[in-house]
Amino acid sequence: MIKLNGRLKAGGILLLLFIIVGVILPRFSPYDPRSWNAVPRNLQPSLAHLLGTTSLGQDTFWLLTFAVQNSLFIGVVVAFFATTIGVLAGLIGGFVGGPIDRGLTLLMDVFISVPSLPILILVASLLHGKTSLLTISLVLIVFNWPWPARQVRSIALSMREREFINTARFSGASTLSIIVREIFPYVLTWSLANFVNTVLVAIATESGLAVIGLSSVEQATLGTMIYWGLQYQALLAHRWWWIGTPVIAIILLFIALFLASTGFADFSAERRGRQRA
Amino acid sequence: MLRLRDVKAYYQTPRAVVKAVDGVTLDVRENEILGIAGESGCGKSTLLRAMYDSLEPPLKIVAGKIEAEMKNDRGKTVTLAPGEIRKHWWRFISYIPQGSMSALNPVVRIEKQFFDAISRKHHLTNRREIHERIASYLRELELPVEVLNSYPHQLSGGMRQRVLVALGTFLHPQIVLADEPTTALDVVIQKGILLMLAQVQEQMKNSLVIVSHDIGVHYQITHRIAIMYNGKIVEIGPTETVFNNPLHPYTQMLIQSIPHVGDQKHREGISGRPPSLTDPPPGCRFAARCPFVMDICREEMPSLLEVEPDHFVACYLHREPLQARKGVG
Amino acid sequence: MRFARYLFSRLVTYFLVIWIGMTVIFFVPRFLPSDPVTAALGRVMSSGSTMRPEEVQAMRSTLMQLYGLEGTLPEQYFNFMKRAVFGGSFGPSLAFYPTPVNALIGKSLPWTLFLLLTSTLIAWVIGNLIGLLAGYQSGKIYSKVLEGIAIFLYPIPYYILALILIILFVYINPIFPVSFNVQRASLSPEFIYSAIFNSVLPALSIIVGAFGWWVLSMKALSAGIAEEDYVSFARLKGVGEPTIMGRYIMRNAILPQITQLALNIGTIFNGALITEILFGYPGLGTLTYTAVVQSDYNLLMGTISIGIIAVATAALVVDLLYPLFDPRIEYR
Repeated sequence: MIKLNGRLKAGGILLLLFIIVGVILPRFSPYDPRSWNAVPRNLQPSLAHLLGTTSLGQDTFWLLTFAVQNSLFIGVVVAFFATTIGVLAGLIGGFVGGPIDRGLTLLMDVFISVPSLPILILVASLLHGKTSLLTISLVLIVFNWPWPARQVRSIALSMREREFINTARFSGASTLSIIVREIFPYVLTWSLANFVNTVLVAIATESGLAVIGLSSVEQATLGTMIYWGLQYQALLAHRWWWIGTPVIAIILLFIALFLASTGFADFSAERRGRQRA
Repeated sequence: MLRLRDVKAYYQTPRAVVKAVDGVTLDVRENEILGIAGESGCGKSTLLRAMYDSLEPPLKIVAGKIEAEMKNDRGKTVTLAPGEIRKHWWRFISYIPQGSMSALNPVVRIEKQFFDAISRKHHLTNRREIHERIASYLRELELPVEVLNSYPHQLSGGMRQRVLVALGTFLHPQIVLADEPTTALDVVIQKGILLMLAQVQEQMKNSLVIVSHDIGVHYQITHRIAIMYNGKIVEIGPTETVFNNPLHPYTQMLIQSIPHVGDQKHREGISGRPPSLTDPPPGCRFAARCPFVMDICREEMPSLLEVEPDHFVACYLHREPLQARKGVG
Repeated sequence: MRFARYLFSRLVTYFLVIWIGMTVIFFVPRFLPSDPVTAALGRVMSSGSTMRPEEVQAMRSTLMQLYGLEGTLPEQYFNFMKRAVFGGSFGPSLAFYPTPVNALIGKSLPWTLFLLLTSTLIAWVIGNLIGLLAGYQSGKIYSKVLEGIAIFLYPIPYYILALILIILFVYINPIFPVSFNVQRASLSPEFIYSAIFNSVLPALSIIVGAFGWWVLSMKALSAGIAEEDYVSFARLKGVGEPTIMGRYIMRNAILPQITQLALNIGTIFNGALITEILFGYPGLGTLTYTAVVQSDYNLLMGTISIGIIAVATAALVVDLLYPLFDPRIEYR
C-alpha cells in the first residue's frame, strides 16, 4: 500500500467527492438545469429539495451537480491541452535550445505578463452573450500553457547537463529516445501537479468571468450560479442557500485541488528521494 | 588553553546512536599549532565543535570533561566549562569554517559581517574605532582594505578564505579553531592560507587547532599533531617526531601516502573501511585493517601511552611506557 | 555596466509585451464573427428609430471612422498603434459621448492604482513577515496553524472572498454600504476618509486572497535558507537571533519573492478587476464593465489596453527594483 501524505489524502478524498457530485450524480437528475420554472421558486431546503430552490425555479441541489460538472469539464479540458502544449514547448525549448528556445521563451514571457481577464472580457463582450464555453476554454488554453512550459523548460535545461543524459547520449541513443525514456518520467510528475493547478486556474477564471455575466450564462457553471443569484438580488433577499451553495462549493473545490496538487508534488518528491536512496 | 578528558560526544537519534567522538583525551596548549588529522568521518569536525561548545541536539557531550582556561580582561585566569565557553565566543575562542563560499552572507558587505561578530559582551561600541581596528588588522595581514566594502561574490575563493581567517582572528582570540581551512583551494593558495595562519599565530602567540584530512597541511605548519581514527585519538606528539617516527600502523600508512617529488614508488591505498560509528567493535578500531594485528587487539581497546617524550600512541605494538607517570597528550 | 544589459533586455521584453498585447487586442475583434459597426447599427435601429438609407450609410461611415475600421487592415493597424501608443488617444466614448475615453480612464485609473498597489503591497509585506516567522520556527504549533490558514485562504479567488465579505459586512452585519458611496469632492479630509472607508472591503478581499501565497512561499524559502552554511556560521560567530532572522534569512529569502511579485501582478490584476465590479468601485474594472454593458467599443479598447500597459509597467518597475536588493545582479 503506497503511503500517501496527509495533504494528498485530504485533497484526494474531497476531489473524489466532487467527481461523484459532478460526474455521476447529474445522470440521476430529474431536472434539466437549463429549464426555468420547473419547480416552485425560493423554497427553503426540504426533503424534496435538499438545498432549496432558486428564484428561477430550479432545484438548487441538482443545479449544483450540473454546475460542478461543467466547471470540472472546462477545468479538465483547458488543463489537458494547456499542460500538453506547455510540456512540449518546455521540453523542446529547454532541450533543443538556440533560437527556437529564445522564441518560445519570449512567447512564454509575453503570455504570462499579459493578464488574461481583460482579453477574455474583450472577447466575451464582442460576442454579445453568444460566448460559448468552448471559446472561453480556447482563450484560457492560450494563456495558461506558459506556466507548465516555463517549469518544464527549466527542468529540461538542468537535465541537459546531468550525467545520466550524457551517458545515454554517449551510448548512442537518439535524442528522441532520450527525451522519452529518461526525461519524461521525471517531467510527468511535475506535469501532473501542473495539470491540477491549471484546472484550478481555469475554473477560477471562468467563474470570475461568469460572476460578472460574461460567460455563457445559460449554461450551469459554479460561476453562473453565483451570477444569477446576484442578478436576482439573492444577497438582499437573504437567500443564502442559493448563493451560498456555489460559493462554498467553489471554496471546497479549490482547496481540494490545491491540496491534491501540492500533496502530489510532495509525494512524488519523497518517492524520488526514496528511490534514489 | 583547553583540556579534554575522555570526552564522548554522541549523536542521539531514535534509530541509532552515532558515537562520533568516543573518549578523546588531549590538551590544547598555549602558543602552539595543534593539528588533528584523520580521514573523512573520523569525528574530527565534531571534536572541534565540541571544543568550541557549539554542539546542538541531537549532538551531545555524554561523558568526559572539557575545560578552558581563559585570561579575562583583568588578567586573571578563569576556568570555563561548556555552556560558559560559548559566552566568550570570538574574543576568547573563535572558529574558522570550511568551504569558503558558503560561509559568507551573499547579500551583505564584508565589513558588516565583521561587525556581526562583535556583541555587547565585547564592550566595543565606537563604530569608527572598530572600523579602524579592522582596517589596520587587514593591512597587517596584507589584505586590501577595499575588501571590506565588497560582497563575497566579488572575491576569489582564496581571498574569501583569507577574509575568513581575518574575521576569525581580528579580536585576537586566545584559541582559534580552523576546520579544513584549505579544502577546495588549489595548492598555491593553500600555501598562502597556511602561511597566513602561521603568521597570525606567531604574532599573537595563541593556540591554533587545525583540522584537516590532508596530512601535507599538517606537515607544513603544525607543532604537534594528533591522529584521529574512528572517534578516538590513536597517536599524538610533536609533528616532526611523529613524521620521523610514526608509531601507530595507521599513522605509518597516512604518512606513506604523501607524494614526494621524484618518488616513483607505487602507492597503495589502505584497504578496508573504518568500522561503523554506531556499533564499534570492542577492541582497537583499526584491527580489521591493521597489517600487524594481534589477538589482543580485537579484544581490548589500547589506551594512549607515552612512549617517547611527549609522544603518545594507543597500540599494543608499543606497550613500554616512558615512565610510570600518568600520560596525557 | 552589466546592469545596463539587464535593463536593456528587460525593457525589450516590456515593449514586446505591450506591443503583442495591443496587437492581440487589435485582432480579436476582427477575428470574431460579429462586427461592432453592424451591431451598433442594429442597436440603434432596434431602439425604434427608422432611418433612411443615406442616413444609415452616413452613420455607418461615421461609426467606422470612430471605431478605426476604415481602410485596409495594415492601415487600420498602423493607425491604431499610432493613436494608442503615440497619440495616446482612444477616441470618444460612445456611452458618454462626446467625453473622450482618455478622460474617463484618467478618472478611474487612480482609484485602481490606489486599491491595487496598496492591497498588493500590504499583502506582500504581511505575507512575507508571517511566512518568515513560520519558516523560522517550523516545528512550533503556531507556525503550522499559520500555514494551515494560508493553505485555506490561498486557493480562494478574490471575488469569492469579496462575496463573503459582502455577505458578512454589508448584509448580515451592515457596517459598510451596499455600493461605493463617496462624495466627489476635492482632496478634503472627509473625502479622504470616505474614500478609505469605502475601499476597506475591496482592499480586504485582495489582501486576504493574496497574502496566503506569500506566506507559503516565504515559509518554504526561509526554511531552506535557514539550513545554509552562512546562517550556521553566523550563529557560531555569536550573532543574535533577531539579526539572523533579518539580515541573514530575510535578506536572502526576499529576493525570489520580489521576482515572484513581478510575475504575479497580472494574476492579482485579474482578480482585482472582478472585485472592483462587485463592489462598484470606481476604478478601471467598473469602467470596463460599463463599457461592456453599454457596448462602448472605444471605451472597451481603451480600458483593456491601459490595463495591459499598467500591469506590464508595474511588473517592469518591480523587476528594475530587484538589483537594488541583490548585489549579485551585476554579474548575471
